[in-house]
Amino acid sequence: MSVHEHTDCRRLLGMLSDYIDEELEEQLCREIEAHLAECENCRVVVDTLRKTVLLYRMSGPPELPEDVERRLFKVLDLEPYLRGRPS
Amino acid sequence: MGTDDIDERELVAALKAGDRTACVTLVKRFSPHIYRVALKLMGDPDEAEEVLQETFISACQHVKDFEGRSSLSTWLYRIATNAGLMRLRRRRFNTVSLDEPMELEDGEIVPRQLVDWGWNPEEHALNEELRRVMDEAVAELPETLRAAFILRDIEGLSTAETAEALGITESAAKVRLHRARMRLRERLSEYFASRPSPSRGGDDHERS
Repeated sequence: MSVHEHTDCRRLLGMLSDYIDEELEEQLCREIEAHLAECENCRVVVDTLRKTVLLYRMSGPPELPEDVERRLFKVLDLEPYLRGRPS
Repeated sequence: MGTDDIDERELVAALKAGDRTACVTLVKRFSPHIYRVALKLMGDPDEAEEVLQETFISACQHVKDFEGRSSLSTWLYRIATNAGLMRLRRRRFNTVSLDEPMELEDGEIVPRQLVDWGWNPEEHALNEELRRVMDEAVAELPETLRAAFILRDIEGLSTAETAEALGITESAAKVRLHRARMRLRERLSEYFASRPSPSRGGDDHERS
């Protein structure tokens, strides 16, 4: 069975991000959950959509390479104001 | 990455007063985030660095106009995404080829990959190969979807902040985010489907 054949799937697909973000109103959540209980394909989509978001959120803290930071301070003319760092 | 511990209101006041050490604090506090956004958006370290520099040059010049309706970070994200998107549009204009197909409203988000990954992000560290696939998948997103996704899911902004940074409504931000996530889900599903997984076995749910 494909998602295309199931009218409920098509209708609910657009709400899945709101659903996994818990930003969907109660009534619609219940509707989605009722549908998920009987639709294996949509369960896979919700599960893998959730994992997709999780994966990117695991990326960790941002990093700024030292040379990029050094050039940024230079272009902003801020080097004289850096304390306790080699210029 | 945090530096001086002064709060945002004090920092804004000092910046507006032309305090140069406040500029140092601003840069140290936010530059790693702005650089990451620029890097993911541009997909090129040199261009990302140019966007980073442009963002802070502009911020230091225009901080007097900052009205405090949004947070400093949202304001900086907005300057950076504007600068990045402008460059991407110029780049596209110059290359002639239409590498970005028009959004096919509904059809775009109909899932094709229906395979259980047999993999749990919470139980596994990200390896190099997966990181590369994830980065490539983001780079393949149309630029407006990419910007929404980076701000919301990589930087962790709220829907309201994402909308504010992109200068669009919250509902438009949600639509872009959802389309981005669905496309990324497709790409990552292709990746997981192509690698052997003991828990998945041969019994995939992939539609033929």
